[in-house]
Order: sequence, then structure tokens, then C-alpha cells
Amino acid sequence: MPALAEALVHSATAGPLVHQSLIDFNLAGLGRNFWGLTIEGLTYGAIYALVAVGYTLVYGVLRLINFAHSEVFMLGMFGQYATLLLLGFYPSGNAYDKGILLTVLYLGIAMLGGMIVAGGTAVGLERVAYRPLRKRGAPSLVFLITAIGMSFVLQEFVHFVLPKLTGGTLGGVNAQQPIRLVQPEVQFTIGGAPVTNVTLVIILSALVLALATDLFINRTKFGRGIRAVAQDPVTATLMGVSRERVIMLTFLIGGILAGAAALLYTLRVPNGIIYSGGFILGIKAFSAAVLGGIGNLRGALLGGLLLGVMENYGQVVFGTEWRDVVAFVLLIVVLMFRPTGILGESLGRARA
Amino acid sequence: MHRTARRASGGAALLLAATLVLTACGPQSQGGGGDETTGTSTETDDGGSTELSIVPSVQIDIEGAEVEATEGGDPADPAGDGSAECAEGTAIAMAGALTGPNAALGLNILYGAQLAVDEFNAANPGCQVTIKEFDTEGDPQKATQVAPQIVGDASVLGLLGPAFSGETAATGDVFSQAGLLSLSASATNPDLTKNGWTNFFRGLANDAVQGPSVAKYLVNTKSFGSVCVVSDNSDYGIGLAQQITEGLGDAANDECAAEVKTGDKDFSAAVQIISGADADAVFYAGYYAEAAPFVQQLRDGGVDIPFVSADGTNDPQFVSQAGASSEGAILSCPCGPAPDDFAAAYEESAGQAPGVYSVEGYDLATIMLSGIASGVADRAGLIDYVANYSGDGLARTYEWDSAGELAAALIWIYEVQ
Repeated sequence: MPALAEALVHSATAGPLVHQSLIDFNLAGLGRNFWGLTIEGLTYGAIYALVAVGYTLVYGVLRLINFAHSEVFMLGMFGQYATLLLLGFYPSGNAYDKGILLTVLYLGIAMLGGMIVAGGTAVGLERVAYRPLRKRGAPSLVFLITAIGMSFVLQEFVHFVLPKLTGGTLGGVNAQQPIRLVQPEVQFTIGGAPVTNVTLVIILSALVLALATDLFINRTKFGRGIRAVAQDPVTATLMGVSRERVIMLTFLIGGILAGAAALLYTLRVPNGIIYSGGFILGIKAFSAAVLGGIGNLRGALLGGLLLGVMENYGQVVFGTEWRDVVAFVLLIVVLMFRPTGILGESLGRARA
Repeated sequence: MHRTARRASGGAALLLAATLVLTACGPQSQGGGGDETTGTSTETDDGGSTELSIVPSVQIDIEGAEVEATEGGDPADPAGDGSAECAEGTAIAMAGALTGPNAALGLNILYGAQLAVDEFNAANPGCQVTIKEFDTEGDPQKATQVAPQIVGDASVLGLLGPAFSGETAATGDVFSQAGLLSLSASATNPDLTKNGWTNFFRGLANDAVQGPSVAKYLVNTKSFGSVCVVSDNSDYGIGLAQQITEGLGDAANDECAAEVKTGDKDFSAAVQIISGADADAVFYAGYYAEAAPFVQQLRDGGVDIPFVSADGTNDPQFVSQAGASSEGAILSCPCGPAPDDFAAAYEESAGQAPGVYSVEGYDLATIMLSGIASGVADRAGLIDYVANYSGDGLARTYEWDSAGELAAALIWIYEVQ
């Protein structure tokens, strides 16, 4: 967290050196680029939303803010990258052109690879770091510190250990050389703003995955178990719900969605696969979860999309260096009026 | 309840195993049966992408005018005439980041200097000079611990380094008081030569030259009437952006000036702002880690105006990460390009291609060696020798003013092609 605070202070103090005024209220710019900003914001927001679900579910069940979730996402990026390498793709400057069908198939397999790695990491994290603490009845502060510690452990693993294990193919100081399967192509325009195939794929996949998760939580027996534990762990255990299993499942779902988000993210930012690449995105996704109401699945989706869009608007109106300030001021303002987030903390309480 | 849960977890495990098998089988089936797909993928690899690299294009002065490279000059040869005599154990030191995140730059300098020393030693049996390595990790704090060791080593006649501006500022007084020559191949902060150090010289143009030179080059030579200046939030990026903006004058477009953050990977708002503005070029002041995704997102966003950046981006990693999007990018650098002969010898000696500042490391080590060959045997003598030195190196003509700046400081413009 200090890094973030430092960055915030830095971006705030750095502003006047380059720009004439500290804050420029560029409403004309917002009007000019409104649709483009909205579409881009929704695309990025969709990725926030998927990652935010991981924070929200774990919080709902364990009352734990799993700060290592950003690294689960990061490992998901490496997972899908490794899968593409296994499939015989090589990093190259240009995008591959495989035709729609094969591209979708390969992306599907890569997404699966990302999901397996991220899901496995999330479950492993729970086993190695959190379960032993829970067994010993550690106070919640210890969980929080453990989460932050694991976040660094996973980052430095990819930073220093992974390159040694893979002979320098994966991990290390620099970002991975991108493998691109999809070249963005404009499909149609909304209000003069182009909508590319990548944008469509990201927003649609994110919506489908979020809805599927929502159905899973609200309609299936496992979902009922998760909601029961979230609402009242003791009673749920008395009623025969295995708390440990529910917790594992919760981490698994969060990890799988982070893996899916990782693939969607790399479609948009193919050169973002780096050990530190999950950190900032994780913080934003966490904010999105709080914004929508942490513990609330639909809140995570709404919070993610809203944060993505508002960040973009804010950057144009106030200047690009105010990006994080806009995001967190929005968060604070919303929390002042709705302390439990826009939709409230209701994973357990809704339709139980 | 219990039974169904167990069955379900069994099912989940089966599913997981199935997907694992599926993914594990992927490469095999592609290698064995799916020749077609492997064929196309290699085809795209070889035929589709022409190898992009950073190629030196022109040399410019502070007014942005192109300057003929000193092609006809006679670069100093570290070998000399082969008759050098010196005391046994004579050494020069090299200090810089040899490990840590910025080690690539320090190693580039070290390998360049090592090549010069090897050539010198091979040609001069009467004088065997060793190069002593001191690792600062590029960290000013570590450098202050290392500096006394260098000063305390009586065999060291001169120092090649420190490599970075921060560590140079932190240790400059120590070397100055000890009267040890400090010859930097890469420290570019303009203020370093304003400390009154008589022992400090740098072998390249400083940042106060790079900004105005590139800005004038963009306006006068490239005739860009409107440039979006985007900077990151590092000291380097902010300082450079300020100088570029000043140098551009009216050509700096306020409408699309933007600032991004080091570590960010998403630049959609900046891309939108730039695509909405009617600009001729984008200048990015920052490092390659952000420049690569930024240029790629610009191109994906349909912004096709030239992308210009400086030495922070002038790294092969920029090209390998940005891929085809980096094509045509204009990158400036105070560092000189490596001639073919040098590149070949360097690759043989160091096991890797020369990088940024390799040539400077070689040239500056050569100057110190020629001083030793001329009979200089103490530290003060070497400072004197460098202060009065004038001659061509591989990268440029070396001749210093009284402050320790190059008399003629030029900037190289590179292009990705």
C-alpha cells in the first residue's frame, strides 16, 4: 500500500510541472470523446468486475480481504501465456491470423489454462496460508497481514524463481514478449466511437461469466452453501454444510474468474504480462468491490463497470494524472452516502 | 447431503483432470497430426513479421539540425603502438549497477571497457592493466558504501563511472576530495557538472541537451506543427517532458498533453484524448515498460501519427514488447551507435550484442588506457590527461570544457525499422 500512497502523492505534486494549471476542467474534451471513453471504460471496467468478484466472494464468506487476489490474477496471465506457448505459439511482433473458429478455440484453451493456474493458485493459497491460521483461530488482522505477505511472495516468485525454473522463458524483470491472436478491428461505431472485436469479446465474456456466477450462487446447492456460510457460519455448520469445503469452493470460483479476466486483459494489453502487472489492477478491483458493496456479487459487477467508466471521464475532465484520485474520491463520496456500497453487503442476506 | 457433496467434488476433480489432459495433449496433437496449424504458425512467424530493430538514423545538434557523423575520423585504438610500459598491478575501476534491476546498463559499460582493456593488454606486453569491478546496484546508498573502497585501493588510477546520475551525485564529493578521476559513461543529469568537481567528466551529452535538441529536431527538421507530450511520473520523465515542452514552444499541444503513471498498463484515456486532438506526433517521456503498451494501444486505437521517445525507451525490450506497433518509432539517445567491427568484437568478448552505453564504456576506457600508455602513473596525472584530451572515439569526438561537459554534445536519433 505505501507504494500506492507514494504514487498518489507523486502524481499530485508532479502535475504543475508539466501543465499550466493544476486541474483543468476540460468538459469540452469529455463531450468530444464521450462515447469512446464510455466504451473503453466499460471494457476495462468489465475486467475490474471479474477480478472484483474474487474479492467480494471471499469477503462475503470469510470477512477477509484477500489482498493476494491481485497475484492470483497475475499468475492467471502467466497461465494463459504458458498455455499458448504449449500450444505451439511463439511470441512475435505481429498478430497470428488463424481464422475465427481456430482463434476462438485457442483462446478458449488459453482461458482454461489461465483459469486452472489462477484457480489452483487461489485454492493453494487458501490451503497454505489461510487454513492453518483458521485452525489456530488467528485474529482477522493476522489474516490481512498474511494476505499482503503472500501477495509479495507470489510476486517475487514470478520475479526471481520462475525464470530459473523455466530457463528464462517465463517471469523475470521484463514483461513477456506478447503473443497476439487477435488484432483489434473496428466492427461498428457508436456515436462516432469505434467498437472493436476485442472490446465486444471482453464485455460480452465478462457479462456471461458474471451472470453464470450469479446463477451459480443463487440457484445451485453449492451456491446455497456459500450463502449459508456467509450469512451465519455456525448455524450453517450445524445444518451440515461443510464450511471448509465452501471456503475452498469460494476461493476456486474467485480464482477461475481471475484467470478468465487475465485472458481478457491480455487481449487488450498483450504486453502487460509481468510480475508486478496485477498489483494496481487488484487495488482498483478491490475498490470496485467496495464501491458496489463488498460481499455482493452484483455489486462487484456494477462497481467494476462504474469505476472503469468514471476513471476515464475523470481523466479527461481533470487531467490524466488524476486517474487514481478520481477513482478513490468517487469511492469515498459513495461511501459517505451509502457506507455499505451502492448495492449493500448482501451476499448472505439476499434471498437466503 | 454428504454423499451428494462427495459425488460432486469427485465430478469436479474429474472435470479438472479432463481439462488438464486436454491441455497437456494440445502440443502433441498439434505436432503429430495437426501439421497444418504448425505450418501456418511458423509461416506467420517467418513471413509475416519482418525483424524490427532500433537503427541509428541521424546525429543532431542542440538546434535540431542534422550533423554529419564523423565518419572520416580516426577513432582511438586502445591497443596504441604496443610499447606502453607501466608498473605492475596498475588498474582502473568501474563502478555501476552490475546486479539488480538496472544491471543491464552497468554491464553494457563494463563489457565495453573490458573489451578495451583486453585489446590493450594483448598489444602491450610491457603494461598489463586490470579492471576492478565495484557493484553499486545503481543505488546511491550502496554507492556511498562502495566509494571509499575504490578510493582506498591505491592501485586504481582512474574510475569509469559511477554509471547513474543519482549515485554520481551521492559519491561525487568522495572522489573529488580523493582526487580520483571520475569518467562517467551514462550519468546525464545536467546539475552534476555544477558542483565544482574538477575530477568529473562525462562522455555523453546531458539531459539539458537532449530535450531541446529533440524538440527542435521535431519542429525544424520533421516539421511537426502540433505534438502531444505525454510523460510518466518519474523524475526523468517529468524533467524531460518539461524540456521538450519548452523546446517545442507553440508546437506543444496543450489539448492532448497527458501524464501517466509508472507501472500502468492501460492508457485508454490518454489514447482517447490524443485521438480526439489533431496532432502530428506524440512524444513520450518515460521508460520502455510503459512506452510499449502505450504505443500498441495508440495503434490499436487507430492513432497513426509518429511516436517519438527518448533514451528511456531506447531498448530492444521496447521493440520486442510492442512488436509491429513500434515500427517507425523515433527514439533519441545521447548514446552513440556501435560500429559493425566493434559489435562483432564485443559480441565475441561479452557473449551478447552491444547495448546502450557499450560504446561509451569502450571509448572512455580507451582514453584512460592511452593516458596510462603515455606514461601517466598517478591519479592527478590522469585527471590532467583527460582534461587536456582531444580525440575521436567510436561514438564521437571527445574533448571536455572546464566543467567536465563535452565541448560538442550531440544527440543521436534512432528509428525502429
